[in-house]
Amino acid sequence: MANKTYSFYPGCSSQGKASSSNYLTSTNSMCQKLGITLNEVPDWNCCGASIGYGGGGELPRVVLSARNLALSEQHNAGQDMVATCAACWLASREAKERLDHSPEMKADANVALKEAGLEYKGQAQARHMVEVLLEDIGMEALQSGVKKPLKGIKFAGYVGCQTNRPFGIVGESFENPMYLDNMIEAMGAEAVSNYDQKVTCCGGALAFSEPEKSQKQIKDIIESAYDHGADMIVTPCPLCQANVEIYQGEVNKRYGTKFNIPVTYYSQLITVAYGGTAAEAALGGHLVAPAKLADIANK
Amino acid sequence: MAEQKVAAYICQGCGLGDRLDTADLAKIAQKEGKVAFAKEHEFLCNADGVQLIKNDIAEGVTHVVIGACSRRAKTEAFSFPGVHVSRANLREGVIWVRPDSDEHRETTQEMAADYIRMSCAEAKRVNIPAGNPNHGGNKRILVVGGGMSGMTSALEASRAGYQVVLVEKSGELGGWANKLYKRIPFNEPFNGPQDTGVAEMAAAVQADGNITVYTNAVVSKTGGAPGRFAVEINHNGTPVAEEVGAIVQATGFTTYDTAKLPELGGGKSPNVVDQAGLEALMKAANGGAIKRPSDGGEVKNVVFVQCAGQRDDTGTHLPYCSGFCCATSVKQAMYFKDANPDVDTTVLYTDLRMPGNNEDFYRSAQNKGVTFSKGKVKSVEANGNQCKVAFHDLILNDENAAIADADLVVLATGQVPNAGTDIDAWTQAETESNNGQNAEAAQRAQELKVVSVLNLTYRQGPDVPQLKHGFADSHFICFPYETRRTGIYMAGPVRRPMDIAQATEDATGAAMKAIQAVENAAVGRAAHPRSGDLSFPSVRKEGCTQCKRCTVECPFGAIDEDEQRYPLFNEERCRRCGTCMGACPVRVISFENYSIDTVGSQIKSVDMPDEFDEKPRILILACENDAYPALDMAGMNRIEYNPFVRVVPVRCLGSVNLIFITDALNSGYDGVMLMGCKHGDDYQCHFVKGSEIANYRLSKVDDTLKSLNLETERVATYEVAITDIERVPKLINEYAAKIEEIGMNPFKGF
Amino acid sequence: MSEMKYHNNFLREVEERVEEGHMVKMCMQCGVCSGSCPFGPHWAHPPQELFMMIRAGKREEVLSSDSMWMCTSCYQCIVRCPRKLPITHIMHGLAYLAKREGKVPKGQPTAQFGQMFWDNLTKTGRVNELKLSLSLYFKDGFGQGIKNAMAMQSVGLGLMKAGRLNPLEILGGHSIKDKSGFQAMLKKAREIEDTRRKLA
Repeated sequence: MANKTYSFYPGCSSQGKASSSNYLTSTNSMCQKLGITLNEVPDWNCCGASIGYGGGGELPRVVLSARNLALSEQHNAGQDMVATCAACWLASREAKERLDHSPEMKADANVALKEAGLEYKGQAQARHMVEVLLEDIGMEALQSGVKKPLKGIKFAGYVGCQTNRPFGIVGESFENPMYLDNMIEAMGAEAVSNYDQKVTCCGGALAFSEPEKSQKQIKDIIESAYDHGADMIVTPCPLCQANVEIYQGEVNKRYGTKFNIPVTYYSQLITVAYGGTAAEAALGGHLVAPAKLADIANK
Repeated sequence: MAEQKVAAYICQGCGLGDRLDTADLAKIAQKEGKVAFAKEHEFLCNADGVQLIKNDIAEGVTHVVIGACSRRAKTEAFSFPGVHVSRANLREGVIWVRPDSDEHRETTQEMAADYIRMSCAEAKRVNIPAGNPNHGGNKRILVVGGGMSGMTSALEASRAGYQVVLVEKSGELGGWANKLYKRIPFNEPFNGPQDTGVAEMAAAVQADGNITVYTNAVVSKTGGAPGRFAVEINHNGTPVAEEVGAIVQATGFTTYDTAKLPELGGGKSPNVVDQAGLEALMKAANGGAIKRPSDGGEVKNVVFVQCAGQRDDTGTHLPYCSGFCCATSVKQAMYFKDANPDVDTTVLYTDLRMPGNNEDFYRSAQNKGVTFSKGKVKSVEANGNQCKVAFHDLILNDENAAIADADLVVLATGQVPNAGTDIDAWTQAETESNNGQNAEAAQRAQELKVVSVLNLTYRQGPDVPQLKHGFADSHFICFPYETRRTGIYMAGPVRRPMDIAQATEDATGAAMKAIQAVENAAVGRAAHPRSGDLSFPSVRKEGCTQCKRCTVECPFGAIDEDEQRYPLFNEERCRRCGTCMGACPVRVISFENYSIDTVGSQIKSVDMPDEFDEKPRILILACENDAYPALDMAGMNRIEYNPFVRVVPVRCLGSVNLIFITDALNSGYDGVMLMGCKHGDDYQCHFVKGSEIANYRLSKVDDTLKSLNLETERVATYEVAITDIERVPKLINEYAAKIEEIGMNPFKGF
Repeated sequence: MSEMKYHNNFLREVEERVEEGHMVKMCMQCGVCSGSCPFGPHWAHPPQELFMMIRAGKREEVLSSDSMWMCTSCYQCIVRCPRKLPITHIMHGLAYLAKREGKVPKGQPTAQFGQMFWDNLTKTGRVNELKLSLSLYFKDGFGQGIKNAMAMQSVGLGLMKAGRLNPLEILGGHSIKDKSGFQAMLKKAREIEDTRRKLA
């Protein structure tokens, strides 16, 4: 397989024993199988996520990402900086666009970066792991490496918000992106067609501050997956994953539902389909165990 | 003229040969249709087939019957100059609307046979029209009105090589545009007001050798017809005679009087102006800051009130939207913003209308900081040197929103057309005055006449008819600029509200129509919509009872009366719709290629099964402009309809004479369907009033039916649009079911 | 600042002081944003209305509203806005201005959570999820905090079992190395922004 090298920005939630550590584990396994080398950005910091505005304002928030990009430029020169987390990618790319678009903002950011001994030049691209898979590797190549097709599992491909908007994946629509469904099919599984909650917001950070309102969103997302006969939900976003998985108990309490549906990452699907073990795919890191996926991994 | 020789050709292509017994059809043409000879051909529209016909024509054939596709198909292949062609619609009208199966073979063949009979009958009664020998040949164009529209028409006609006479009421060319500081942008990037260019245009008109300009001049008399209009111009009090071939009227508009809007501060404060008033202020400021009229103070806050006295549903003010005023307010707000971005400019609107590229202009205004607030203005009250504008904020749903300190309020009022005399009101006043020697009515008629623009000597009145809200006639749906006075075209805001860009386009179009009119008139051909038709109506005076129905019903005012009160046709004004032919109770009006006989003989040539055959016959008289194409398209879409109908296309439902209906019922048809265009305010009739007149005439057919002891359902009238492709077959089938219910026509077999 | 209704004072202030505020004037009031928001029904004044209020000079009403705190940053409004207004960012910017002007309704949960998140990340350079959750539960005082924490106990235990929550994070947890440079950088950024935006 392709030998490709990227600068890697894992993000806070991917760290060891954090909420999406299984995303990181499975990503590492997936990349290893795909011949992708990831060089972690040294000393990366939090991107500020979507909620950082409340305390941070604009420039401090942009500077957070500028620091990561500057570190990437400096230490992983010539490599695209790839993020797995939707918010990390969005913040980095948004910051990059503003910095590259506004000379004033770039100058301001560099004054601040100087305090940390850094400079933002605008050399590194900010990309999402999904872009790497689709654009640099390609769906056909991705499919050709499948060793254990995920036969008999029906996935609801839940794309969510920030991997999809405002930038999204080139060539995909905002209202009905198809790449996740295609990826599911490429791994030999079945994708729910017409999953009407595909790009619905899970509440994001407001799952913490506005639980009632957010859990209504989460309920709709899960309910539709069940209605369409899905065995599992799969997503590219760690916050989507966390919100939709973790709050199922709360939703059940609030709405009298009996939800118990696994929520996985595309990186776990690919790892298993490529013959990875349950441990490599970090299938143990779930509140609702993705049993059908584990069955295939353990076969 | 050479002796008539009719030949019939039956095509076997497009499946006709498989579905129909073409040999039988050829036999029918010969035996019953009495044609000189009939030939079958495997593919008539190909070079070989066409050559076959051409060879026969060279051998003396004068009338050709073609049994193939619809008359609307293969028109070029089947066009033979100097030869009449009748088309039996066997494809779209028969095999494409009937199922291909044995059980339907007989009725399908009967349909085809009847259409052959009908075409043969028609062909034998058609004469080849030779064109109207009495025509004028003047190709000059009179343009009335020297504003942007009129000047554009004059220049465009001149550029196309035509002489123009331009008449302007005021002392200088330019019209409203002279009063504008700038105009709404009309080319890229549509982001700011542009120079009007009016001075340059006026200079170009003055310098144009093809254009004769009369300023301080009005048209005091217009007589004649296309190609020979005799016009009298009152130039500074001196009459000047001019002859022209066509007329463009571009007399523009007047602004709505703000004094009628006291609730919006109209006439109450010098700081409340209309858009024209703002242009005057801006011209006075000449690019500098606009001063407040009341005290010359600086304007820091200006409010634009959209739809002032417009889109009014109370019946007090103008009920319509003038269309240009939103963009004008955008432009005027920019006057302020461009001079000083710190001036607050608020446009209060209920709906912003930004057609075309004005959307970019609107966006540009927002970018410059013009604020647009959706709100309905309730009142404008003067308060010292400022005004309080009270409104209902429709976004925030605040009934008591107000801008308390407007230095200037601009009312976006509408356009009132300068369309001249309201000829309906004038006709009524004239009639009253003539009937009862009524002095008041005579006075009223006189007052209505005074404002006339063209002072036509037509019996229908001194100007063109007016549409809704006093705008001058124009065929709103299909043919803008066309009026019901052939050779007279409307351009610009006189026919509907519009801005300069639209008026310029309008004026160009109207000039082109005027050119078409003079060219057609010069060779005795019909003007639009039967452009190129060489036939013209003639009246057999011996039989005429001088009832005047034709003169009254002609939608185009083409018919006057001579000294002996017989109808006198001004053929150049005629559009060849045949409404006169339909109107004539004694059937003395005809065209060489369209007459009571050409239609009547088709109706009567159908083979009528007897009462016990259980094969009713339904006659459809279908307008050739909309209903007939809709039927053809139903065929193209293979939508089936009942096999017992026989369709005869007519020029316009207005040309349907009641004799067609009585003949049909007398000869045993069980029902008659009449399909014409929508009429009324939103008419779709090519001849404007044709379908309306037909409808009126047919409203009286019930009495005739009752006197014959027939059910009134036996005659049904439908409004059909060209788009009614699925509806028309449905109407036919429903009607056929209804006829089956009523039973056969008792006159059958008599 | 005194309010001048239907004058442009507040609009000008928003243009100067709010992230992407210069785009507010470009709204054409179609309402697609309001109809697209997943939390739409919870906004007292949906974005379209906020934009109109800004133009109408309703400074106090806008800044003291909790509407913009309803934004989940889903970016639906941005991708659907026919005028391409960066609505999400404008909402963030309005919320931040409201915070800096001290106009946020007391106890607004997202405002509180946003501040906690920021404080949490700026301390070590990376987010400490446990401390973040705990500070959220205890935001309304110790007693309520215990209740909140107990209510979410099953979630926490589950996460711990799944290896996705580390109780030892309470003692420190993840951090970047160059904390001092990082913090100096943020301090400087804030200074620059405060000067440019005239934030006290």
